[in-house]
Amino acid sequence: MDIINVLQLVFSSALVYSAPLILTALGGTFSERSGIVNVGLEGIMVMGAFSSVVFNLTFASQLGNWTPWVGVVVGGLIGILFSLIHAVATINLRADHIISGTVINLMAPALAVFLTRVLYDGRGQTDIISENFGKANIPLLEKIPVLGPIFFRGTSAPAFVGIAIAVLCWFVLFKTRFGLRLRAVGEHPQAADTLGINVYMTKYAGVLLSGLLGGMGGAIQAQAISLNFSASTIAGQGFIAMAAMIFGKWNPLGAMGAAIFFGFAQSLSVIGNYIPIIQDVPSVWLQVAPYLITIIVLVGVIGKSEGPAANGKTYIKSK
Amino acid sequence: MNNKSKLDNILVPVFSVILGLLLGALIMLVFGYNPVAGYQAMVQGAFGSSFYIGETLRQATPLIFTALGFSVAYTAGFFNIGVAGQALLGWLFSVWFALSFPEIPGIILLFISLIVGALAGALWAGIAGFLRAYFNTSEVIVTIMLNYTALYTANYLIRNVLSESSDTTARIPEGASLRWAWLSDLTSNSTLHGGIFLALIMAVVVWIFMKKTTAGFEIRAVGLNPFASKYAGMSTKRNIIISMLISGSLAGLGGAMEGMGTFQNIFVQGGIPSIGFDGIAVALLGLGNPVGILFSALLFGALKIGGNSMPLVADVPTEVVDIVIASIIFFVGANYLIRMVVDKRAKLNKGGVK
Repeated sequence: MDIINVLQLVFSSALVYSAPLILTALGGTFSERSGIVNVGLEGIMVMGAFSSVVFNLTFASQLGNWTPWVGVVVGGLIGILFSLIHAVATINLRADHIISGTVINLMAPALAVFLTRVLYDGRGQTDIISENFGKANIPLLEKIPVLGPIFFRGTSAPAFVGIAIAVLCWFVLFKTRFGLRLRAVGEHPQAADTLGINVYMTKYAGVLLSGLLGGMGGAIQAQAISLNFSASTIAGQGFIAMAAMIFGKWNPLGAMGAAIFFGFAQSLSVIGNYIPIIQDVPSVWLQVAPYLITIIVLVGVIGKSEGPAANGKTYIKSK
Repeated sequence: MNNKSKLDNILVPVFSVILGLLLGALIMLVFGYNPVAGYQAMVQGAFGSSFYIGETLRQATPLIFTALGFSVAYTAGFFNIGVAGQALLGWLFSVWFALSFPEIPGIILLFISLIVGALAGALWAGIAGFLRAYFNTSEVIVTIMLNYTALYTANYLIRNVLSESSDTTARIPEGASLRWAWLSDLTSNSTLHGGIFLALIMAVVVWIFMKKTTAGFEIRAVGLNPFASKYAGMSTKRNIIISMLISGSLAGLGGAMEGMGTFQNIFVQGGIPSIGFDGIAVALLGLGNPVGILFSALLFGALKIGGNSMPLVADVPTEVVDIVIASIIFFVGANYLIRMVVDKRAKLNKGGVK
C-alpha cells in the first residue's frame, strides 16, 4: 500500500469508530454539566442501537439511502425516553446517581434482547441491515489535492456530522443563556435556584440531552459498525465515551477530540495488521489505551481534569 | 437505631423485590406471555429438584463474595463499581497459579490459588484506593476504566500466555478443584462446589470484622463522616486504601470461585463478567449487611438459574429475569419513593395528616 492509501485507511477507520463516541461523549457532557452523573451512557447506547436497527430493518425498503439517518433520529428519540428513567430516579426520587446509572446498564441489554426475541421469533439477534452508513465522500472537499483523498474520500459521514454537532454543543453550552444556566446548576444549584433558574427542569434538560445524543451514538455504532443488533453490539463504547468526556474536561470540543483519539486507538486494534510498525504492537495495548490514558489524566499527570462542583449530588429544593 | 427504622430497612428490599417481580409480570403480560407460567417455570427451575437447588447455590456463591466485597467499600463511602474487573483478575490469577504449579499437593494448591486470586483482586482495587487517597480521583471512574483494562488484558493473556492461541486454558489439577464429589452426588451432579461453604464463612468473617473490630469500626466511621473520623484521629487515607484492598480481595475470591469451582479453567470473555454487576445488585438489595447479602444472593441465584428454565418450559425469554433484577435495584435506589408511601400510610393510619 502506498502512503496515501495507508493514511486514508487510518483516518477513515478512526473516524468510523469515533463517530458513536463523539455523540455519546457530548451527551455525557450535557448530563454532567447539569450535575447528574451518567454512568448509564452504555445502556442508553444499547437502546439507541436496538431501536435504530429495528427501524432500519422495517423501513429500509421505503426510505432507501436515508434509512440509517432516520434510524439515528429514532435511536435518539428512544434514547430520550430511556434516559427519562435516570432523570426521574436521580432528580425526583433522590436515587444515587451511580446506582441509577447501573440500573440503566443492567436494564437496557435485558430489555433490548427481550424485545428482539419478541419481534424476531425468539432469536436473540437481528438480521444484518441492508442500508448502512458505509463509506461516503464529502462533496467539494474531496477535490482538494492530496488532502482530499486522505481526509474526505471513503470516510465516515456520521463522524463529520458528529464534529459539527460538537461545535454546536460548544456554542450552546458556552455562548447561550441555556448553556450558562445548565452550567450554573451543575456548579451550584442553590445559587442558581435563588436566581430563579428552574433547577429541576434544567437537570431534566441535561439528562434528556444525554439520552438524545447517547441514543444517536448507539444508532451510529449499530448502523455503521456492527450492522445488526445483539447483546454484544455495544461492548464498552458507552464507557469509552464517558472516558472521552473526562479526558476532554467536560468541554464539548475537548470531548470530541478525545473521542476521535479513542476512536483512533480502537480502530488501530482492528486495522493495525495492515500498517507497518503498528502490526508489531500487541493489540491489547491499543485496546486498553483509552482506559489507561483516562486514569493518567484523572491523576493529573497531563493537566488536572475536574468535573462540575455539584456533579453527582442530589439537589433537594428547600421549602 | 430504633425499631421503626429497622422495620423500614427491611420493608425497602421486600417491597423492591415485590415491585420488581410485578413489573416483570406486567412486561410478560403486555407481550403476550403467561406470567404465572413464567414464574412457575422459574421457581421449578430454581428449587424444583436437588439438581436445581445445587445450581442455584452455585450461582449464589460468587455473588456472595462480590457483594461482600462491594459492601465493605460501600460502607466506607466508596462505590467500587470495579468488582467485575477485580473478580476477573482473581479468576485469571487463581487458575494461572494452579496451572503453573501442578506439583503442589491438592488442598495446599487450592488454598494458595485462592489467596493468589484474592491478592490479584486486592491489588487491582488497591490502585483505585491509592489514587483516591493520594490524588482524590473518583474511584467510580478509575474502577470502570480498570474493568475494561482487566477484560482486554485477561483475554490477551489467556490467548497468548496461558494457552497457544486458544480461547480456553487447560483444566486446573484435579486436586485443586473445589468440586467435591459428595456435593455433586448430593445434588444429582449439579455444579455445586465447596465454595458455598467458604462464602458462608466469609459472610460471618466480614460481619465480625465490620462490627467487632477496631479496623472495621474505623471503616464504618469514615463512611459515616470522613471529617469527624479524621478529627478523631483516624487516617482517612489509610482507611480508603484498606477498605478497597478488602473489597478487591473478596471480589477476587468471587472470581476464583469460578476458576477453582464452577468452570475449573478460564476462557476468553465477551464482556465484563456479570458476577460483578450482579454482585453489586446483591449488595444493594442486601443493604450491605452480610445476612441481607446471603438472602439476596440466594434470590438472585434463584432468579438467574430459574430464568434458564423459562424459555424451555413456559416459552418466556430468559431476559425477563434481568429486567426483574434491574427493576429491583431501581426500586432499592429510589427507596425515597417506597419510604414516602410507607410514611404517608403510617400517618394516615394515625390520622396525623392535616
